[in-house]
Amino acid sequence: MGFLRKILDNIKPHFTEGKLKKLYPAYDAFETFLFVPNHTSSTSCHIRDAVDLKRTMGTVILALIPCLLFGCYNIGYQHFSQLGGELPSIFSLFTFGLLRVLPIIIVSYVVGLSIEFGFAVSRKHPVNEGYLVTGMLIPLIFPIDCPLWIVAISVAFAVVIGKEVFGGTGMNILNPALLARAFAFFAYPTKLSGDKVWVSSGDKLWSSSEVVDGVTGETVLGKVATLVKDNSPGFETLKLNNQDFPTLMDAFLGFVPGSIGETSVVAILIGAAILLFTGIGSWRIIASGLLGGFVMALIFNLWGANGFMDLNPFYQLCLGGFMFGIVFMATDPVSAAQTNKGKYIYGFLCGFLAIMIRVFNPAYPEGIMLAILFMNVMAPMIDHYVIQGSVKRRLKRLKHEI
Amino acid sequence: MSISVRISKGKNISIQGSAQNILKDASSDLYSLNPIDFNLLIPKLCVRVGDKVLAGEPLFFDKENDSIKYCSPVSGLVKEIVRGAKRKILRVVVKADKKNKYKKFNVSNYQKRNVQEIKDLMMNSGLWALIQKRPFSIVAEENDQPKSIFISCFDSSPLAPDYNFILSKERNFFQIGLDIMSMFTTGKLHLNVDGNRDDGDFFKQFSGCQVNKFFGPHPSGNVGVQIHHIDPINKGDVVWVLSPQSIVIIGRFFSKGLYDMSKTIALTGSEVKVRNYYKIIQGLNIGSIVKNNLKKGEKRFISGNVLSGRRIEKDGFIGFFDDQVTVIPEGNYYQLFGWALPGFHKYSFSRLFFSWLNQKKDYALDSNMNGEERAFVVSGQYENLFPMDIYPVHLIKAIMAQDIELMEQLGIYEVDPADFSLCEFACTSKMPVQEIVREGLDLIKKEC
Repeated sequence: MGFLRKILDNIKPHFTEGKLKKLYPAYDAFETFLFVPNHTSSTSCHIRDAVDLKRTMGTVILALIPCLLFGCYNIGYQHFSQLGGELPSIFSLFTFGLLRVLPIIIVSYVVGLSIEFGFAVSRKHPVNEGYLVTGMLIPLIFPIDCPLWIVAISVAFAVVIGKEVFGGTGMNILNPALLARAFAFFAYPTKLSGDKVWVSSGDKLWSSSEVVDGVTGETVLGKVATLVKDNSPGFETLKLNNQDFPTLMDAFLGFVPGSIGETSVVAILIGAAILLFTGIGSWRIIASGLLGGFVMALIFNLWGANGFMDLNPFYQLCLGGFMFGIVFMATDPVSAAQTNKGKYIYGFLCGFLAIMIRVFNPAYPEGIMLAILFMNVMAPMIDHYVIQGSVKRRLKRLKHEI
Repeated sequence: MSISVRISKGKNISIQGSAQNILKDASSDLYSLNPIDFNLLIPKLCVRVGDKVLAGEPLFFDKENDSIKYCSPVSGLVKEIVRGAKRKILRVVVKADKKNKYKKFNVSNYQKRNVQEIKDLMMNSGLWALIQKRPFSIVAEENDQPKSIFISCFDSSPLAPDYNFILSKERNFFQIGLDIMSMFTTGKLHLNVDGNRDDGDFFKQFSGCQVNKFFGPHPSGNVGVQIHHIDPINKGDVVWVLSPQSIVIIGRFFSKGLYDMSKTIALTGSEVKVRNYYKIIQGLNIGSIVKNNLKKGEKRFISGNVLSGRRIEKDGFIGFFDDQVTVIPEGNYYQLFGWALPGFHKYSFSRLFFSWLNQKKDYALDSNMNGEERAFVVSGQYENLFPMDIYPVHLIKAIMAQDIELMEQLGIYEVDPADFSLCEFACTSKMPVQEIVREGLDLIKKEC
């Protein structure tokens, strides 16, 4: 510790006064990453809670780890089960997945953090920890075979347009990670949907013999959407135990094709437990979000115009990115509603709209992404009306007194 | 009639260093009256260095209203007038005589005098400065018509002194003080007691006031919170606020005719070896009570409590409204990967550190910030610690944007910086919340 501290103390003057003064925010980011600084309180609250943004963001990343680990495993599993034959060991499946996920994570962090550092230096403000979470969320919601250049462009778009133009973390209106996903979805529809990207086709890194051309593996939602679009007669009789569709248990455990980290409800629930226990994630948003999705699915059940509407609500919630979105995206404190009452409304509508979009418009199977982005935009308005309640009570009191 | 209020939002901080119930006497050579203890006051000096003063003779007065005097707590020589940036007067230091000599005030038949005469007497003698008004938390103005007067008889902040102990022998003066104050309002005089403990009895014996019980954690003892729940302030309203010891001082003045600023303070904090209560005269130099009574290491000395007190030097002076001196360790050290380690010994309201395993422990908290200032990211944190029908974060953002109309709508008239002190403590983004609220109040006072 003393050794590290000495090095930092030696080079610090270069950044505070010397030629490298302009780069101080970058130095500061590294220094405060290693050491919680020796700043003492200067205002009248003399003691401070041990929590800071680094700890908070670090814990969110920790909560994402189960999804990442399972995602790596599932990629291997999906790939090899497509190939047929006997499955390799769990470890090989995991390593296969990890080697494919790592490049995406690296691209996400390198591109995103470089832009963050660049803006911090040019605007002379400290580097905010927010991107540490965004940088992990983005890989988890991309399909595994998404080209790296698309990841890079999406990240750049999300950080610059989604965040920095508003003034950085804390000022953004939209969730940057979802914005990256939405950008990729709308800008490169042919590359990012259909059945080619969800299951890794393998590559030369692994072993040339295993490169498979055109491994297909649609997401469940994709399949359902196609069936609904084609008005396939078979769809009317769609049953959950149909061979083409995974069982509820598979969808719950996550052995289905999908974005890297979104498939396993179990892994997501572990993350949710961490977020809720530590108090970082809002239980109001998560609970009302699940309720919203459930209610919408129930309404569709009653309606029952097609097989999609007839899906069991539990099955609906386990499919696609719904759970991941509600637990990790909708709870982003910056872009969500900020008042307690507002959080209930916001969460409920996120879930409600997600299922609605998914069923009504099968062209957008990932309804949760659009629902949350839409609700991000609406969140300030929800808050406004909640706060007006308090304002009106105050005015009423004043009039009452006069 | 009595009102019971249960506060659920808030939290008591587990911090080491409360004082034991032993009362000692303490005095010092130097005493000080600090204009900076009175928010927004522009002082005009009426003494020069070397002048002789009696206890109760003015050292300075209010530039806006020269009949409001601020008087020396002791007799002696004006030793020093300390100025800060822009020649702002920070304090006027008096070297005390061995035996305190008092200026005599004529208080005979005070019961029969009219309100204006009592007012003049209080303004002349320096007692007026004990009355704080809400909104703004400034010294009361001469023409105020307070709709009610609030006295919080308990302090819920960390390591706070116990007024039941302090006031146990001051029963008579307290009643006289209450009688005097009740002359100023057509509304009620509220005594708010701690419902969590069963000694409301001490305050129940007084007449001419309403005793209300408050239950729940800090900030239930903050008078701002109490006003909000009992008689909330609207735009244009004025409520007066006094501390229980101020009531005693007022009562003593009207029985003896002397500006006797004796009061009892608690010496607290983990860095003090022997923590007791001290009977002092207001403006004491704390050097006399902390000398040879400290543990090793660098310290922070605070006049007031750890959440909203003012930082002073180790030979500094206790503030006008403070009943407590706190000494905590100075936290100017680095922590390698401090944000990433499990943190079994780190105190936090959240469960982000493993210290949640041991809830009962008291911590020797220091002044380290435990992080750096950031933009608001986390939401819901302030709301859980702010027991009023006010949206604290939105109010703070309105203040930062200097939007006066919005501030009024969101309830700025009802708040005091100290009401936000728990929010400032818990803030993940390390916002200087109390400073911001003070700026907002100053701005409104200036503009309106």
